[in-house]
Amino acid sequence: MVTTAGYGVIVSLALIFIFLFVEIVPLLRGATLGEPVAYTLIDSQADPNRQSAPSTLYLASERYQEAAVQFLSDGTVTFFVPTTGQVLDYQKIHTADANIRSFGHGEPRTRMAVAGLSDGRMVIMQHHYEITYPNDTRQVTPSLIFPMGEEPLILDPQGEALQHIAIQEGERGITVVAVTADGRMLLKRFVARRSFLTGLTEYRATDAVLPAPPNTVSKLLLDITQENLLVVDKNNGMHYYDISIPQQAERLDSTALVRPQKARAGVQVTAVEYLLGTVSVIVGRSDGSLTQYMLVRDEDNIGRIEPIREFETHPAAITHIFPEFSRKGFVVGDRAGHVGIHFATSTKTLLIDSVLDGSIEQVSVTPRNDGLLYTDTSGELQYRSLKNAHPESSLKSLWQKVWYEGRGAPEYVWQSSSATDEFEPKFSLMPLTLGTLKAALYAMLFAMPLAICGAVYTAYFMHPTIRGWVKPAIEVMEALPTVILGFLAGLWFAPFVESHLPAVFSILIVLPVMMLLAAFAWRFVPAGVRHHVPAGWEAVILVPVIIGATWTCVSLSPVVEVAFFNGSMRQWFTDVGVTYDQRNALVVGIAMGFAVIPTIFSIAEDAVFNVPKHLTQGSLALGATPWQTMMGVVLLTASPGIFSALMIGFGRAVGETMIVLMATGNSPVMNFNIFEGMRTLSANIAVEMPEAAVGGTHYRLLFLAALVLFGFTFLLNTVAEVVRQRLRTRYSSL
Amino acid sequence: MFRRWFKSGDPWIWLIGGAVSISVIMVVGLLLLIGVRGLGHFWQPALVETTVTLPDASERVILGTVRTIETVSAQAVRESGVTVPPEQNFVERYLFKLGNRDLTGQDFEWFIADHLSDFRYPNNAIQLQRREWGDFFGYLEAVTENGQIVADGEKAFEELSVRLARSNEIMREIHEIERYQIGEINKAIEQQRLERRRIELSSDLTESEKTIRYAEIEEMVEALNADYQVLFESLKEVRKRSERDALVATTSSGRQVTIPLANVVRATRANTMGASDKFAEYGSRLWEFLSEYPREANTEGGILPAIFGTVMMVIIMSIVVTPFGVLAAIYLREYAHQGPVTRMVRISVNNLAGVPSIVFGVFGLGFFVYFLGGNLDRWFYPEALPAPTFGSPGLIWASLTLALLTLPVVIVSTEEGLTRIPKAMREGSLALGATKSETLWKVIVPVSTPAMMTGLILAVARAAGEVAPLMLVGVVKLAPNLPVDGEFPFIHLERRIMHLGFHIYDVGFQSPNVEAGRPLVYATALILVLLILLLNLSAIAIRNRLRERYKSDSD
Repeated sequence: MVTTAGYGVIVSLALIFIFLFVEIVPLLRGATLGEPVAYTLIDSQADPNRQSAPSTLYLASERYQEAAVQFLSDGTVTFFVPTTGQVLDYQKIHTADANIRSFGHGEPRTRMAVAGLSDGRMVIMQHHYEITYPNDTRQVTPSLIFPMGEEPLILDPQGEALQHIAIQEGERGITVVAVTADGRMLLKRFVARRSFLTGLTEYRATDAVLPAPPNTVSKLLLDITQENLLVVDKNNGMHYYDISIPQQAERLDSTALVRPQKARAGVQVTAVEYLLGTVSVIVGRSDGSLTQYMLVRDEDNIGRIEPIREFETHPAAITHIFPEFSRKGFVVGDRAGHVGIHFATSTKTLLIDSVLDGSIEQVSVTPRNDGLLYTDTSGELQYRSLKNAHPESSLKSLWQKVWYEGRGAPEYVWQSSSATDEFEPKFSLMPLTLGTLKAALYAMLFAMPLAICGAVYTAYFMHPTIRGWVKPAIEVMEALPTVILGFLAGLWFAPFVESHLPAVFSILIVLPVMMLLAAFAWRFVPAGVRHHVPAGWEAVILVPVIIGATWTCVSLSPVVEVAFFNGSMRQWFTDVGVTYDQRNALVVGIAMGFAVIPTIFSIAEDAVFNVPKHLTQGSLALGATPWQTMMGVVLLTASPGIFSALMIGFGRAVGETMIVLMATGNSPVMNFNIFEGMRTLSANIAVEMPEAAVGGTHYRLLFLAALVLFGFTFLLNTVAEVVRQRLRTRYSSL
Repeated sequence: MFRRWFKSGDPWIWLIGGAVSISVIMVVGLLLLIGVRGLGHFWQPALVETTVTLPDASERVILGTVRTIETVSAQAVRESGVTVPPEQNFVERYLFKLGNRDLTGQDFEWFIADHLSDFRYPNNAIQLQRREWGDFFGYLEAVTENGQIVADGEKAFEELSVRLARSNEIMREIHEIERYQIGEINKAIEQQRLERRRIELSSDLTESEKTIRYAEIEEMVEALNADYQVLFESLKEVRKRSERDALVATTSSGRQVTIPLANVVRATRANTMGASDKFAEYGSRLWEFLSEYPREANTEGGILPAIFGTVMMVIIMSIVVTPFGVLAAIYLREYAHQGPVTRMVRISVNNLAGVPSIVFGVFGLGFFVYFLGGNLDRWFYPEALPAPTFGSPGLIWASLTLALLTLPVVIVSTEEGLTRIPKAMREGSLALGATKSETLWKVIVPVSTPAMMTGLILAVARAAGEVAPLMLVGVVKLAPNLPVDGEFPFIHLERRIMHLGFHIYDVGFQSPNVEAGRPLVYATALILVLLILLLNLSAIAIRNRLRERYKSDSD
């Protein structure tokens, strides 16, 4: 039983490590696909009048994978169960005598689609799923609804065929942009208005003619704010139009999507699609390469199309790109029958797998990223289940700069959640790690001199009687809960420092000077008095000096502020361009230093005190002064012990949570400014862990943060312990 | 002379001596700060009436207590939008607690000393601690019963005291009915719901048996609902009684308000109180603080549940950590051969001591709460799912996490005690023919009990002050029930607890009215510090006695 308890200690430590590790392993995994289920949707193929098989325009699935929709180029819309291929409903779009020339769809979550007809008209549709719970079981009833009516609407009054069309639904209503066969670009906007009388939504349509694009268009991309339009042409150019006021629309930027030497080799843009949130687009080319482009605001606040990252190249030309519904990932199909799953933020390739022999015509992912649908040119559909839980983070995105959507340049950012659905989570551990080191560094700057000097003095010079008082005092200091230190630091000390800044800096200089002056003055105290006080009482004599000096500094502080800093030193900092937060690294450094002092003090004092007495006595006997003995013999011998004390102290500062949580603003900044706060790994865990969804990427990343902390302190403590064990054997051999 | 002095190294000795002084001064200063502010919380300050005259000549009378007085540079005040004469460099300002949050919207306000008239201390000024809206400051006019004035003028306050005692008694009765009696019925109904679900999930019973059981449950619920109706009626009756009395008071701005006594906890007429009254009031407030539940989002009232939660958690933790730690220490010192294995154990112990506490919290949340607790729920409480029983943070997981965290403290301290046992004692026992295990269990372990006690006390002190891991595995802002009550199984290990340390963090940083809660935070901090100081000093005392004892034994 006793042995079990002994091993139990090792087991506990190992369990912590293993458990933390097991929790983060899923982060490292890619995506996996299940076995394929292949089927042809018989109803849609049964039309005997059909000459050639119609091509698939669009595939999308409902949230619970109980229904999916297929749009075909002959106007057939089929609802089916994606996992089995069972047809649920089937209908044909009203196109009168015209046929479908172009097809566009909104962001997948909006479920909007539009078909452009050969007579200049269009049909706006939405695939809709009614969810009911009869008998407590979920039942999904799919239907196709027509928000603007089932009959085609006129988009081009001149009746030219609509070659390309795009639709987007947003807060402003619905906007459709189309390019006609004779090269005109038209816009129609339906502004939604809720009628007061009937409570129904009414639409008011406005038309506009946009500036014609310079080349033959191959794709139109409209974003959800309905202010930006991207036009891709057959010469691999991409043009950016500002259409916030459609009547004054203008082209603001153009760029080539294929580099000149590649273009000469015949590389072409073959697929373009917006990612979730329609901020950035993924461009796929005939050589299988994939690049993410985004509008980046320049100095004049004008959007410029910029490539921001490349993804792993596919073995064949990209044929189709489909964005995920709730994350910044996308799936890709290529001409050689591969599907790929990529993630934008982390640049991670989760999967590239050969699933078909022929070219993939359309690919689609389910809203919860748990299934994949794709089809080839023959019209056969395949479904595979998909597991892709944690694509958002990669080593690169955790530790390197990442160019996030909407930002001007690559950055280190930690921002784990936000109010909007299309938010791109920013998981960079760099600001947190830097914050941790910053806090620990300032704490050590404060604690190191006080703790080591104090330890040396207490162990070597101090009178035993006082030592008997000082050591318990330091133990009490160690026992003080950090929550109390943190609360005092945040609520009392931080405001105090802010209003007494000159005092803080003057104490730094005044205290040592005053201590030296006191020491010097002590020499002139009458010998009678001096001999009453035995050696080793210096610390006690200094107590009133220190209290007096500190009190003077604090009470003179406002005077100094008025005399030199225009009345407020804090304001003066702001005026000279130094950011000053009330809860800053200075406050944390002192508060956490206070918590670390006893740790360093106890171990260092132990090391110095246990230096064998014959060494020091020998040195003194040879005529060295106590100070020389101290510096030359004691410190040298005890230095490994002091080193390990510092290591353990540093480890404690790194992992301290409550003080940092309360005494900083917890903003993840990337600098070492002493007057700004920080967010540390530990405080971040304490703040975000209760809110993280169990098993999610964020949750696992917090485990990773804990593992980083664990690993770091493990390293420090093991080194310190090994050094101490060595030192112990050395002392015993001396 | 200077050079010689410096060469002797003397100034450096003084300088490093100063480091010790600074550290000790900081510790003592901090304890004094907490002590003074914490104890000050219960003292009834004088109620100050003064006239504020602003530079634009507008006047207003205020009534309240002075919270802080400070001197700041005029510039800082100007920046906050207050006009100060340009030639003035310093400004003395007062922070007044004015209360009456329901009328004015803010309890605290800064005033420049120059704008204030002389302080007056009116005798009829009263301060009311209320159940809602914080404190009220005003002048007592009359006491009413069912809207009829029963006492006014000088006699009003005495009448108020009497009626307040009655009203507080009724409020206690209401609390009793609401919390315990109605709570019990609700609990019983919930039990029946779970029972029904259990039957639904059970595979042993046939459909007809199930129907019979359902009917029984239905009947029980009916009966319980009837009980509830009865209680509800009596509650209504008591409520009606509590609404009888009210007091009429005017505020410093002259507004007359009627405050039902049911909303008043405590009324003081501070300016007529003598020293003995004030001390009595002090004692009563201190007792209230230690023995009552919190009010007003924790910023007022007592901290009983927090004290209770901390103590419970620490006790359960001790039960777990003591045997484990002591055995591990015995293994290290007495059983194992000193070799690579013990070295590894030692490194593990030191690492456990050095692992940041928040990492324990993360581990506790993942392993204890979600893994162990989740599985316990699946095996033993399937009827309650998806609502977790053990699968959410709670007392037991908090205790286990802290047991792991304090394990090294117990081990190190016990081991030190074992090391100090003189060789003679061990050898004497062996020489008398005792076996190794007899020596261990009959001689060494009993002798080193004080060392184990020290370890345990230090572990308890450490656990009582630890907050970060608890935020993940078991503490809560406000626990509706204590973890121990009269209901089977009496100790509810799965319940969340309140904790002194977390209370400090929560009230000091998360509460909507930080300024109002601040004195309470200091008082709570004082209680926590006292508890930990007491534990630590007793541990130090035991250890020192132990050292002395064996020093003389081995000589």
